[in-house]
Amino acid sequence: MSHTTSADSSRQPASGVSRRGFLQTSAVASGGLMVGVNLAGLSADALAAGTLHTPNAWVHIADDNTITLLSARSEMGQGVYTSMPMLIAEELNVDIRQIKVAIAPPNAKLYGNALLGGPQLTGGSSSVRDGWDKLRTAGAQVREMLLSAAADSWKVDRASLKAENGMIIGPKGKKATYGQLAAAASKLPVPEKVALKDPSAFRILGKRTKRLDTPAKTNGTAEFGIDVKLPGMVYASLEQCPVIGGTVKSFDAGKAKTMPGVIDIVQIPDGVAVVADTYWHAKKAREALSVQWDEGAGATLDDKAMLDGIRAGAPGDKVLPLKAVGDADAVIKASTKVVKAEYVMPLLSHSPLEPMNFTAHYHDGKVDLIGPTQWQDGAQGTVAKLLDVKPEDVSVKTTFLGGGFGRRIDLDFIVQAAQISKAVNKPVKLLWTREDDMTHDFYRPQSVHQMAAALGDDGKPTAMTFRMVSQSITGRVFGLPLEAQDPLMTEAAMAAYEIPATRHDIVKHDAGLRVGYWRSVSHALNAFANEGFIDECAVAAGKDPYLYRMSLLTRQPRFANVLKMAAEKSGWGTPAPAGRFRGIALMEGYDTYMAQVAEISDKDGVPVVHKVTVVADLGRMVNPDTVEAQIESSIIFGLTAALYGEINVDKGRVQQTNFDKYQIVRMNEAPAIVITLVQSNEKPGGIGEPATALIGPAVANALFAATGKRVRRMPFTAENIKTA
Amino acid sequence: MTTRFAVNGKTVDVKAEPDTPLLWVIRDEIGLTGTKFGCGAALCGACTVHLDGAPIRSCITPVSAVAGKKVATIESLPHNNSHPLQKAWIAHDVPQCGYCQSGQLMSAAALLRSNKNPSDADIDAAMSGNICRCGTYGRIKAAIKTAAAEMRKA
Repeated sequence: MSHTTSADSSRQPASGVSRRGFLQTSAVASGGLMVGVNLAGLSADALAAGTLHTPNAWVHIADDNTITLLSARSEMGQGVYTSMPMLIAEELNVDIRQIKVAIAPPNAKLYGNALLGGPQLTGGSSSVRDGWDKLRTAGAQVREMLLSAAADSWKVDRASLKAENGMIIGPKGKKATYGQLAAAASKLPVPEKVALKDPSAFRILGKRTKRLDTPAKTNGTAEFGIDVKLPGMVYASLEQCPVIGGTVKSFDAGKAKTMPGVIDIVQIPDGVAVVADTYWHAKKAREALSVQWDEGAGATLDDKAMLDGIRAGAPGDKVLPLKAVGDADAVIKASTKVVKAEYVMPLLSHSPLEPMNFTAHYHDGKVDLIGPTQWQDGAQGTVAKLLDVKPEDVSVKTTFLGGGFGRRIDLDFIVQAAQISKAVNKPVKLLWTREDDMTHDFYRPQSVHQMAAALGDDGKPTAMTFRMVSQSITGRVFGLPLEAQDPLMTEAAMAAYEIPATRHDIVKHDAGLRVGYWRSVSHALNAFANEGFIDECAVAAGKDPYLYRMSLLTRQPRFANVLKMAAEKSGWGTPAPAGRFRGIALMEGYDTYMAQVAEISDKDGVPVVHKVTVVADLGRMVNPDTVEAQIESSIIFGLTAALYGEINVDKGRVQQTNFDKYQIVRMNEAPAIVITLVQSNEKPGGIGEPATALIGPAVANALFAATGKRVRRMPFTAENIKTA
Repeated sequence: MTTRFAVNGKTVDVKAEPDTPLLWVIRDEIGLTGTKFGCGAALCGACTVHLDGAPIRSCITPVSAVAGKKVATIESLPHNNSHPLQKAWIAHDVPQCGYCQSGQLMSAAALLRSNKNPSDADIDAAMSGNICRCGTYGRIKAAIKTAAAEMRKA
């Protein structure tokens, strides 16, 4: 996800919260008014440490100097459990290895994501970009409060004090731990203006730092949603309609009720839940249910017909102009050298390795929620609304997420757990099977990209048109009106290439299946089309694809730099090893500039990817090692989509049910990934997603170099390549 | 009727029906939750444990099949992360979301028990049954080599 507009906030806090306004809000709140509200998010360890003081919403300091820094973002692999505290610790002057971390409870006023328009949501490669100023400021505020408390207590000049490694150090050997000063500091007003370090003085930010969550993830102790256990908890398995959106007409639980361990069988809006003393008992009894479904409107869905509908458009579809320069259509019409192409993307599932699950306890008109979510205040607000309780009576505790990729922005499984708990009046852990997960996803939408360009005598484009037709996700999730441009469909739609006349537009077409945000969202769709198409133009012009791109980037230094570096590092222009071929791709996404070169061979009609060379310029970095890890991760994720990813729907039923039919790239297929990070003082860019979008076009372009076949449709299966 | 076997060196008697997958006995009845559920069909490797030293997928192994045998889970590796593989995992900062890593470590531990100097092809063969959706494969491979080198020195 990326910037959302003010129009899309029907269920959200006002999106007009400026960063300054936000900081003031949290400063007011941290002046003591909000003390206590954050305790729900803290670990038992931190609570056991003694009295907790709350110098501000991001920093808790106990008397014994246990310092807990909050991450308002969910840890789903991308490293925020380490990078968010690093931002605070830099200004607070504490050792990052000596602190504890807690994930913040829902409170969008304190912990909202201004880059996304306000929700407390993890997504859009936004955590560092949103937190860069905010979290350093929070750390500095607490540092200043501790300094003031020490100056007051010792009756010395504040200027004579230093904050170092969790201690305030004063003249004549005077010193005190932050813990000793926390009680006094937390009573002081939060300073509005604080000085932030010059980056040259950074001791934590920009340094390779070991992740704080690794030890728990190598000895089996890291707690994921599936691991939650509450006293008296029971287990639920939910039978949902095989057609998404279908409802229960009737059901016979006679046999299921007699099965071992079954406690109750209850109907909720999404299906029939079997509740038992163990998960396995619940699942076995669920298999004995007999449910009659009203399959609803989804029962006719077929992915091929959906794609035809997207291509043909519907009477109500609106063309939403993105940008027009000159009269591109007229130039193309008058041209004698025109390149035209259509690019197509299939439906995809997220398939994080931890299947959807959540634990809920409805009691006394309150709901406790524990589990993996990317959207804390969404979970709170939606469960409150649907269970008719007050939002403040819904607590949300976030565990580690066994992958997110956008799937855990949606709240369906959380609501289900809460409804089942209410129905059986017990704490319930709802766990989906892999089959549930794959057949009841919010899928990445299909897209069709229609493109045309006129080439001049020198081969360069004189005009280009680009139309993307797809389904809006933001309409469903945030209520964005149909007639409003969806910023999550336009990402990477306008490439950097200098073309005198251009027309870009977006068409929203509802194909009928529910769709969701999938890692890198529309970047992956649009970059595949744009980077394949510019390669086609280069071929039509008889030019080298790299040099052709460079010739269109004369006023785009950050693009040109990463492209040039990627060409150099990959050996572009020199012979590849025998049987290997290279393809190149370039994009900006989330303020990150990136180029990739894929080196492949052709094996029995399908590509084998051996090596990927990446150059990324994302401005200032918090933890370069995590940056590299996210690039590696995104490339494997994007490669899975490029080589294998496709969800098919027949009579409304998703056909892929497990990893046999929905293949994931495995170690023996994983390419070597060689990364160069540009050292830059620009503002930070996001890195959790952009590399996902470039591996597909880089491989497709290499495939063209290898075979002369231009594959304009993912995935790159033998059949799609043969018919290309 | 109970099934008796050993988990991480301790004898247990479990009351789950004999056809219950070992995974759910380990997680829900014995209470060791480091072993994860990913697919239920031996396709992803998240549930990998050792049975008499060999890696198996506990999600499709009925508990009856382990009667009288020795099961080892991720919790059999030292809690303080002192096993060469755990140290290497930390040194290379392998995990991202971390959900698959118990299974990855158990597959890797089984590999290194029989092969102290695995080649890339050996590692691919031993590890390609374990899916990592975060794509940490490159770091896993590097960490296995680091751990193998340490174990050879020892």
